[in-house]
Amino acid sequence: MIEFTPRKIQSSFWAILSPIISIAITILIGSLIFKILSYPVIESLYQVFVSPFSRPDRIADIFVKACPLIIIGLGLIFCFKANIWNIGAEGQFILGALCAGSFALLFPETKTYMLLFSMFIIGFAGGAIWASIPAILKVRLNVNEILVSLMLVYVAMLFIDFIVRGPLRDPMSFGFPLSKVYPDGAIISKVDFPFIGYLGQFHYGIFIILILCPLIWFFINKTLPGFQIKIFGSSTRASEFAGFNKNKITFYVLLVSGGLSGVAGVIEVSANMGRLQPEVSFGYGFTAIIVAFLGRLNPYGVVIAGIIIATAKLGADNAQMVLGIPKVVTGIFEGMLLFFLLASETIQKYKISIRKDN
Amino acid sequence: MYKNFLKIITFLCILVSPFLYTSAYAKTKVGFVYLTTPGDHGWTYAHELGKQMVKKEFGNDVEISIVENVPEGPDATRVIRELAKQGNQIIFTTSFGYMEPTLKVAKEFPNVKFEHMTGYKRTKNVATGNIRFYEGRYVQGVVAGLMTKTNKIGYIGAYPISEVIMGINAFAQGLRSVNKKATISVIWANTWYDPVKEADAAKVHIAEGADILAQHTDSPAMLQIAEKNGALGFGQSTDMGAFAPKAQLFASVNNWGPYYIKKIKQLKDGKWNTGDGPDHWAGNTWGGLSTNMLTLSNFSNMPTDVAKKAQAAHDGIKSGKLKIFAGPLKTNDGKEIIGAGKTLDDGALWGMNYYLEGVTGKVPK
Repeated sequence: MIEFTPRKIQSSFWAILSPIISIAITILIGSLIFKILSYPVIESLYQVFVSPFSRPDRIADIFVKACPLIIIGLGLIFCFKANIWNIGAEGQFILGALCAGSFALLFPETKTYMLLFSMFIIGFAGGAIWASIPAILKVRLNVNEILVSLMLVYVAMLFIDFIVRGPLRDPMSFGFPLSKVYPDGAIISKVDFPFIGYLGQFHYGIFIILILCPLIWFFINKTLPGFQIKIFGSSTRASEFAGFNKNKITFYVLLVSGGLSGVAGVIEVSANMGRLQPEVSFGYGFTAIIVAFLGRLNPYGVVIAGIIIATAKLGADNAQMVLGIPKVVTGIFEGMLLFFLLASETIQKYKISIRKDN
Repeated sequence: MYKNFLKIITFLCILVSPFLYTSAYAKTKVGFVYLTTPGDHGWTYAHELGKQMVKKEFGNDVEISIVENVPEGPDATRVIRELAKQGNQIIFTTSFGYMEPTLKVAKEFPNVKFEHMTGYKRTKNVATGNIRFYEGRYVQGVVAGLMTKTNKIGYIGAYPISEVIMGINAFAQGLRSVNKKATISVIWANTWYDPVKEADAAKVHIAEGADILAQHTDSPAMLQIAEKNGALGFGQSTDMGAFAPKAQLFASVNNWGPYYIKKIKQLKDGKWNTGDGPDHWAGNTWGGLSTNMLTLSNFSNMPTDVAKKAQAAHDGIKSGKLKIFAGPLKTNDGKEIIGAGKTLDDGALWGMNYYLEGVTGKVPK
């Protein structure tokens, strides 16, 4: 009989070390898989984990790929800290992109800076409204937020599908479901680095992380609402005794998380696609859940985690290009990483002993 | 003098030889971008088979890199750019959604050749290729018309775009050439690939009495449902007989290999060009049965006289004697499109937003 006893004191040393250990085990087992499939191990690992850093434009593209993951992940910190399970960031991302995109397409005459600014506000609102549905249901009727937020992802997908197929379809798109291209003012431009020029698709939207990350760190760690969220997450009863408003916390964490997902959607579509299409998100909302946990629900950790996951994704492409390793093989890495992370977290939180039954 | 001359010649030879060597024996680096993992059926698998034909044709003269599972967004731009940076000289991007990413990267690499499959925007170094899928559907219509007992044909469409609609209309033309009583009803799956949705649509068709099913979606799900329910149907993109040995009548097979080989040869000979096809949707290469870009798998599960008629239709289209969209053509609500003696041109096919006679219902707006 295996027994889990909670550890009284949790060492912060192990809390930091456990993601590193899980990455190490992932690499170890990964090499084993490469070996079994008879791919060159060192070369494969190099392609997956190192090659994305081997050129300035490749590094820039890591940030492009990580940007939506990090922004969504930062929002999810609020929810997961409060023990509220927002699984529907994907849907909130889509709604944010859709609302902001619709605005840009319907009011292209808006002054340049006002247009982008309003898109951010509207995108945030769009994501927040989408997240408010599970929030309201949770608060009013105590409906499980996991189910509602997840199901709303599919509603959001069908909704954007309908919009780009119908009302916002570009009449010049030969019947294909694509919106018109955004007006110039609605596009987040690529960064033109001095002396170097453009690097990959590195765009100005990425800089928002520099603002968001410390801001959220400060909010969570240094303010009363942040404190309330943490207490609420670790012990609902304690927070009730302290007189914190349970419903308010539930509602606001979902709203902020949804809003940030929406902002991620605005940036992603405006910077990289420049128009609405049926598919604007490629699982970012789900991958960001891994990112949030891999980053230990710490804003700076989330940034690092986002970069790691993005690296592995880019590395997977490179590995296939150079060595012909199928994506399914490299795709295992992501799953292993989360698995080992959760496993090491369990070991870190619980003492595991084997008890003999009589 | 003579000595010096010999020396100079020898020296020149040594100097030039590496260039001669490279130009004569250099490997051509070829890149492919796939929408999904190739698997064993459907759209991307057809491209994979094309790639294998390239490999077989050129052997060690080509070095092929592929990237599968590339979503039609910013990732596509990055992957295509990366392939270009790694020195691939010709890059095949094999899904419609890669159009803008391909054009974007092509601008940055004017010396790399890009081949975008089934798009319509071209530049100096971006060529486009497409297949006349509808030709196979005419033959399907002929077989369906001869094989149906209930006179109801169930058709599963992906999206109501002209590409799919011209396929339905071609099917209807084939159907009505042998059976004026049969009708086609269409269910839109709103996806190119979703086995669950495709299976559901097939079940609905069968429940409504259809005994022949056709699809413009990508999975073998429809055929598998047909097999279970004793109905018959047609495979898509690749031969799907293995999935439904008793249900597949034949499959229209997308045969990209010859096109790929042709374009790579052109590149090797320094003669690559974007062609001068008419500037409409089809792309400058729009090949069908006559160029072997579309082939039909073996006729099965049908009597020999039906197979003979199907073969005749196939041969007719291939030789150009049989015109699929020859007048008089009428829409299914009675509007005349063209009179007798005329034929729809390619441009008109890409403008199709109506059903011809033989199809029930209306094109969704």
